[in-house]
Amino acid sequence: MDKSKVTPPDISVDKLVKGDRDEIARFVETYSARVYRLGMKILNNEQDAEDILQETFLKAIRGLPTFEGRSSLSTWLYRIATNEALMLLRKRHPETISIDAPTEDDDEDNEALEIVDWSHQPESELLEKETRQKIDSAASQLPLGLREVFMLREMEGLSVKETAEVLDVSESVVKTRLLRARMKLRRELTRYFVEKQKKEVADE
Amino acid sequence: MSEHTDCHDYCAMISEFIDGELSSELCTKLEEHLAGCTNCTVVLNTMKKTIDIYHESNEPAELPEGVKKRLYSSLSLADYIRK
Repeated sequence: MDKSKVTPPDISVDKLVKGDRDEIARFVETYSARVYRLGMKILNNEQDAEDILQETFLKAIRGLPTFEGRSSLSTWLYRIATNEALMLLRKRHPETISIDAPTEDDDEDNEALEIVDWSHQPESELLEKETRQKIDSAASQLPLGLREVFMLREMEGLSVKETAEVLDVSESVVKTRLLRARMKLRRELTRYFVEKQKKEVADE
Repeated sequence: MSEHTDCHDYCAMISEFIDGELSSELCTKLEEHLAGCTNCTVVLNTMKKTIDIYHESNEPAELPEGVKKRLYSSLSLADYIRK
């Protein structure tokens, strides 16, 4: 079971707003590791992830009095974190930014669907370390817009609605980006298994 | 509409289908198509597995000790680290 989906302990927003230090420490304890992991996955850089971790909590704690409770505390926090990540990317790595989901033209989804059924392989092969590294690396190379959606949905377990709230986009944009991200990763794995099979045949 | 285009249209529904978020009307249409289309069934099966593999490879969220220390210090919460 994905640990990220475990319901976090109830944190009292009232106490947070009043500046209760015990509650603020509990808030930081509950969410800091997840904000850091999200930062790592979006930014692919330890220093950048640490910087946005600190900025996110500084801004969140400062901004608590303006938290209106329209979204959950975690959704609100992820929203600050993804905005911080975006600002940091703009500042430090402007060359990596393509906020808009890539246009249809540069997407290979319109090409051959690469039909090879590798899904019936034994679990031991599907889950071996190399396969997991392959998918992790492919996910880290998704275009930013797809990567954010993919990580919030698949890693953090947010719903489509929550993901849309965090990123301030419509639910249909989330669904489209998620489809594209999943398609891209599926294609990468298909290529990987095809190559692997070719190599095994050649080695025989 | 060519068969190729049809398959692309159906493939575009697969992600929502997996999440159980496709409307019942489209669900039925897709299921009917899948029953007769091996290619789209392969896309469905491999996409499901792709998501499973990602979930399995997903590492737990952990905060390195040094990162935690610096975070708590920056928030003036250093006294909570050992609690």
